[in-house]
Amino acid sequence: MSIEEKVIEIIVEQLDVTREECVPEASFIEDLGADSLDLVELIMAMEENFGIEISDEELQKIRTIQDAINYIKKKKGLAS
Amino acid sequence: MERRVVITGMGTVNPVGNSVGETWAALCAGKSGIGPITKFDTGPLATKIAGEVKNFDPLRYVEKKELRRLDDFIVYALACADMAVQDSGLAIDAGNAERVGTIVGSGIGGIKTIEKEHTVLEQSGPRRLSPFTIPAVLPNLAAGQISIRYGAKGPISCPVTACAAGTSAIGMSFRLIKDGYADAMITGGIEAAISPFGIAGFNAMRALSTRNDEPEKASRPFDRNRDGFVMGEGGGILILEELCRARRRGARIYAEVCGYGCTADAYHMAAPPPGHEGAARSMEIALQSCGMEPAAVGYINAHGTATLLNDVYETQAVKRVFGEHSRRLAVSSTKSMTGHLLGGAGGLEAIVAVKVLCDGIVPPTINLDDPDEGCDLDYVAHRAKKMTVEAALSNTFGFGGVNAVLVFRKYRDHGGNA
Repeated sequence: MSIEEKVIEIIVEQLDVTREECVPEASFIEDLGADSLDLVELIMAMEENFGIEISDEELQKIRTIQDAINYIKKKKGLAS
Repeated sequence: MERRVVITGMGTVNPVGNSVGETWAALCAGKSGIGPITKFDTGPLATKIAGEVKNFDPLRYVEKKELRRLDDFIVYALACADMAVQDSGLAIDAGNAERVGTIVGSGIGGIKTIEKEHTVLEQSGPRRLSPFTIPAVLPNLAAGQISIRYGAKGPISCPVTACAAGTSAIGMSFRLIKDGYADAMITGGIEAAISPFGIAGFNAMRALSTRNDEPEKASRPFDRNRDGFVMGEGGGILILEELCRARRRGARIYAEVCGYGCTADAYHMAAPPPGHEGAARSMEIALQSCGMEPAAVGYINAHGTATLLNDVYETQAVKRVFGEHSRRLAVSSTKSMTGHLLGGAGGLEAIVAVKVLCDGIVPPTINLDDPDEGCDLDYVAHRAKKMTVEAALSNTFGFGGVNAVLVFRKYRDHGGNA
């Protein structure tokens, strides 16, 4: 499973949204109905799944699904 | 003009039923809801039995995403509130929202979440703690989540008065309506403390029955061979409404809440004093608050926990308040069937008292094979009995020396200046 697919799977599970809603530019808060606590929980699930740690400062910059994917790739040394 | 307060809706989740109808049928049939604990491994715990909520589908009341983030006590509260609001037909809109309040008591709050997240903290460190831990743990989040769901913007609170919490909540709600601070209240008590920590904590006080081999016989209020209470879970929520408002909208009225009394023992952190004068004063104040003669009361839903001290002292307190009339009272402990719902007890038992008034049936105290010395009232042993009751009391007493008593009476259209 690619990082993109895994990220979307986690979002679908955590935020109780559909795959169709999970377009790359979707904003967690504005488009997917997350609040600040949802976001913390979502980031925790990503940390766990990808074995990374995301600081609170970095968390502030992750607004969309694409942001999350880019960030995880960078952390994993897979950035293009 | 004096404002009167009536009950227009009720909902419950408890060890004998997941609705008022199912619960009432079980209680009148003398059915026990006590069994072996199934939700966790009781391992070395001295007590291995409890009154668990059974066959409850939380997804009927909360969405999957929400469910993960709520402690069971909040889920139970949302279920009870949903049933009560639907039952009452109470419509909360922009025009009345500020006059509808929410007071739901809990003795302990989200203890299961504390245990779970504490284990996470110990094993995985603070960064793995769920951001929903605190809002799942705080006892007032039962009331908070209910107010959010229904948009009730009036007074909100959460008495944390141990085993009296549900009664405290209903009493406070009653007074808010009576004194004009609200027109309707969503109110009651709720608990979900059947967990290793909850059981071990009460075991450490030697407060729980350890009759593990005979779960259905373990809760034995007023019986010589009682050995402590059995923990239950769930609770009950009622819709209280100002009478004129309820009549205007053509609501079905179950009964009237007419008195509330609350006192402190100022004696001991957990034990009641001999004679339990605080309990007696609480009953007296509740009756005086509505000008009711003790002889008008037909039924008392007893605190009746089946602890050694409570049952004898509560009996003494009833005798002090009712004198000769105490012989004519029916006094039953439905905890013999449901176990003790702690902060949820007052919510559920208020519903029981109301159903007694509505249906003219008094549910029994089961397992009362051999009444203890000093326990010589009519506890309606074993079998329910038919009895027309005009007024009923619900007694609940809590650790910390809290005594809270509610008075309910049959609703009569012509009863006063409504």
